[in-house]
Amino acid sequence: MRYHAVESFEDAVRIAASSRGTTRFLAGGTDVLVQLRAGLVQPDDLIDLKKINGVKDITRRADGGWDIGAAVSGAELGAHAALCRDWPGVVEGMRLVGSTQVQGRATLTGNLCNGSPAADSVPGLVAAGATATLIGPEGTRTIPVAEIPKGPGRTNLKPGEVIKAIHLPPCGANAGDAYLRFIPRTEMDIAVVGCAVSLRLDGDRVSEARVALGAVAPTVMLVPEAGAALVGSTLDDAALDALVTAARAACRPISDKRGTVEFRIEVAGVLARRAALIAYARAKGETA
Amino acid sequence: MTKIHVTTTVNGETAEFLTDPRETLLDVLRNQLGLTGSKEGCGTGDCGACSVLVDGVLVSSCLVLGVEAQGKTIETIEGMADPKGDLHPLQRKFIEHAALQCGFCTPGVLVAAKALLAQNPDPTETEIRYWLAGNLCRCTGYDKIVRAVQDAAAEMRGAA
Repeated sequence: MRYHAVESFEDAVRIAASSRGTTRFLAGGTDVLVQLRAGLVQPDDLIDLKKINGVKDITRRADGGWDIGAAVSGAELGAHAALCRDWPGVVEGMRLVGSTQVQGRATLTGNLCNGSPAADSVPGLVAAGATATLIGPEGTRTIPVAEIPKGPGRTNLKPGEVIKAIHLPPCGANAGDAYLRFIPRTEMDIAVVGCAVSLRLDGDRVSEARVALGAVAPTVMLVPEAGAALVGSTLDDAALDALVTAARAACRPISDKRGTVEFRIEVAGVLARRAALIAYARAKGETA
Repeated sequence: MTKIHVTTTVNGETAEFLTDPRETLLDVLRNQLGLTGSKEGCGTGDCGACSVLVDGVLVSSCLVLGVEAQGKTIETIEGMADPKGDLHPLQRKFIEHAALQCGFCTPGVLVAAKALLAQNPDPTETEIRYWLAGNLCRCTGYDKIVRAVQDAAAEMRGAA
């Protein structure tokens, strides 16, 4: 295995394109090193992105949105007070990944590229309408985060493509988001179900809402019907019931040691309701 | 396989080593630098026995490559007592409270607890338990660990 500590994404892409074997990009490494050790992946070229200028930066754009570099750790996201104020649900999703030690290294980009349907940071990004800038042999493109997951362990990145940064839109006024997951303990586990809700209010009424579910389908997914169930409502019981019904209807889970199909569908509704209430309270400026 | 020359700082002293790029920082610390205090429990970032600080950030050294240590500052359990050999308050309190039995997880717990107290000198029990959730201990049931950390934190606040 050759180790390359590159200083630009262009160099990273060039090395990946010229590699005749398996390539892996290294940012936080909390998945890649585990795969290496288990022998699941034997890269010929390991391309470390952390020496590239800007990959550890969290930058507020002129429009009020955020650019998050590919190597920003969960701990760094959590320590960024202004980002936490704008997108608490995105940050709390990432902060649920692994232990304090894992948080010191693990990244949003890596959690996304690992392709797990249960990735805790991805529903928040999808609900937020986040995008990602990809660079590859054919150039640079920016696509919605929601279009990146393809199936368990697989993404829609083309061969040799790598994510440079993740972009959050401006959160704007009267907006709130939240992420909840169910695990049978309090820490250090993989989501049985995860749900993120991002919404905006006009007075007491929901004017925009996006709901994303994790671990109930081959990929994290946006559920437009669930968001639509909230729009125009004051989050009254009827709207919440419609949300729960829509969220459950979208679920296509598997049964495994962490939960059955029936349990996951049930919990998806429960989490959607609770996350919507938290997002609503946050949009009202309440701390929840 | 070409080995890579790495220069780093470990516990305040310059260290140099040649490493295969697949080698983890944990393996380098243990097998090349003779620092066997950091333990390998799982090798997959789940147990915390290999916890070290890299540039002040708590990480699992089994999830860091040796080559990534280039130019970094590494702190391990071996650097926790002062150079005269006086134990760190956390180390003393772990002994006083009998916060260990087999001791395999203890170096990682101590390094993690030190990182916690550096950023939060007065953590609640809940904060301690969440912070140390990535440090598995199969002997103590954690209660004595939590009490030792609280006691050490109190002493360190008083001494400051």
